Amino acid sequence: MDLFEYQARDLFAKHGVPVLAGEVIDTPEAAREATERLGGKSVVKAQVKVGGRGKAGGVKLAATPDEAVARATDILGMDIKGHTVHKVMIAELSPEIEAEYYVSYLLDRTNRTFLAMASVQGGMDIEEVAEKTPEALAKVPVNAVDGVDIEKAREIVAQAKFPAEVAEGVAEAMVTLWKTFVAEDALLVEVNPLVKTKDGRILALDGKVSLDENAEFRQPEHEALEDKAAANPLEAAAKAKNLNYVKLDGEVGIIGNGAGLVMSTLDVVAYAGENHGGVKPANFLDIGGGASAQVMANGLEIILGDADVKSVFVNVFGGITACDEVANGIIQALALLAEKGEEVTKPLVVRLDGNNAELGRKILSDANHPLVQRVDTMDGAADKAAELAAAK
Amino acid sequence: MAIFLTKDSKVIVQGMTGATGMKHTKLMLADGTNIVGGVNPRKAGTTVDFDGTEVPVFGSVAEAIEKTGADVSVLFVPPAFAKAAVVEAIDAEIPLAVVITEGIAVHDSAAFWAYANSKGNKTRIIGPNCPGLITPGQSNAGIIPGDITKPGRIGLVSKSGTLTYQMMYELRDIGFSSAVGIGGDPVIGTTHIDALAAFEADPDTDLIVMIGEIGGDAEERAADYIKANVTKPVVGYVAGFTAPEGKTMGHAGAIVSGSSGTAQAKKEALEAAGVKVGKTPTETAKLARAILGS
Repeated sequence: MDLFEYQARDLFAKHGVPVLAGEVIDTPEAAREATERLGGKSVVKAQVKVGGRGKAGGVKLAATPDEAVARATDILGMDIKGHTVHKVMIAELSPEIEAEYYVSYLLDRTNRTFLAMASVQGGMDIEEVAEKTPEALAKVPVNAVDGVDIEKAREIVAQAKFPAEVAEGVAEAMVTLWKTFVAEDALLVEVNPLVKTKDGRILALDGKVSLDENAEFRQPEHEALEDKAAANPLEAAAKAKNLNYVKLDGEVGIIGNGAGLVMSTLDVVAYAGENHGGVKPANFLDIGGGASAQVMANGLEIILGDADVKSVFVNVFGGITACDEVANGIIQALALLAEKGEEVTKPLVVRLDGNNAELGRKILSDANHPLVQRVDTMDGAADKAAELAAAK
Repeated sequence: MAIFLTKDSKVIVQGMTGATGMKHTKLMLADGTNIVGGVNPRKAGTTVDFDGTEVPVFGSVAEAIEKTGADVSVLFVPPAFAKAAVVEAIDAEIPLAVVITEGIAVHDSAAFWAYANSKGNKTRIIGPNCPGLITPGQSNAGIIPGDITKPGRIGLVSKSGTLTYQMMYELRDIGFSSAVGIGGDPVIGTTHIDALAAFEADPDTDLIVMIGEIGGDAEERAADYIKANVTKPVVGYVAGFTAPEGKTMGHAGAIVSGSSGTAQAKKEALEAAGVKVGKTPTETAKLARAILGS
């Protein structure tokens, strides 16, 4: 889960990373009081989860509370690279800046370790630094067991060749940033820029944090950081039912078990779609291992509720999941929707293999539902589902 | 032969007495796995009856090894306790720990991987978030259904559980030496390369099927490894050609960002290493059949 800048700022502050004062608001008028609290001047910063907002006009100085209201009026509702600005941060004005740096911690998948990255060339896109002047970006492996103490932080700072007069201050900031990374179960913490001010302070002026959703069991406060307003309503409904669902832009609804098989199903449907007017998968939905009839019914209800869906492909290879449960789930879901008075008109193509496949197939055959067809190979079923979607 | 797991493997189950552990211990026993014990400090000294097979429960992995000579542990421990359980297995120096648990926080898996390294990697870790491994006809350590396929001469290594099953099913008449599900999480113990090396050295494996998916660069590195070290034919499949960038598709590792890590990049890397790559699981199975002439 990627956070907004103001959320990152709050987490940095919580763990001792030096930041400036700031608060988030969502109406222009609130900018006045927030700016008054900061002594009458502020920076108005658009809160969007995309880079390049400064160039897009999403960051403005306000010399008076009235000006802050005017700037907030301009920025709220602005579109930045397809992201609408719903919130702005009213931040304290930075003291004069002498230098801009870059620091981060992230996971290095290839080496199965954490990585510290640091550069004295901050303030710009770090991918550009990595590409044009790779020698200016220090990458230091960090062992997950040993972590980053002040000694390790000094090593990182030395490798990145920070000037002597800021080395100790940056190292201290690196220690607090590591605390943020670990304590919050983050996958990424990044400060860009980390600045040295004329009055000698080291400050984190902007940052990115991405959190590990697998750690929610021990991070009860993280749920509140979720941007519920931005979530697709179908994705929100699926999440509420603990289903792993991603909305896509095609016409064939997909349900399967296991992330790999569902991804493979998307591919197979897209290939089949090439022969049927270019229809594509409408979603990713993984009912997971050992899913019950109820879980299957929940999944089907979400998919059938998607107006873009023209046909549905249920692709299950029963490992832990029993195919008879899946078949019962399909029949139950259709009955449930009929009871609710919702007319289902979308055809379903079902392919069942593996654990209890014969029983599952028999349940479908016996039910003889007019909308449900069985096709017993994955490629054949994908072709049928694409054909039905194209015909609608 | 086979890799990592044979009929002689003595298997213990950490988390055996939980609902998932009970269910799968029963299934593993039915597949002929020599399960010599479970681990649960609160139930140490008791036994659990699985259709007439009495399995003793020990207080720790170390005790289970001491009393039974166990050399494999399968873990069904919930995410919140998984790190401690893996660390316990590493401390007891069990040769193989198969971590089935899904949803382990990355800071935990990175920590137990770093810990295993610091202890000299005496414990091979498979997973987490994986279906485990099976040597058909001999032993099953995990949740792969035992009745999909039979013993044979194909070795399989896969990031995905259900795609493993699909591929085993497609090639069920030829059969498998071993099939290893390594898991799709960002940090895993055993990699494609580890399994490729083991299959290359295994006299009972004639062909290797490798299944990957989007995210990371494990397949690209495996391709380099194959080019330099693998003489046996390798057939590959990569899932996620149509996955949009930046969307998480279930496996925490399956995030595409930028060009590296895409299915297309992985396919090209594998093909450059001489691996035949199928467009779908069924086509991949056909490629394997063509090579084996069956």
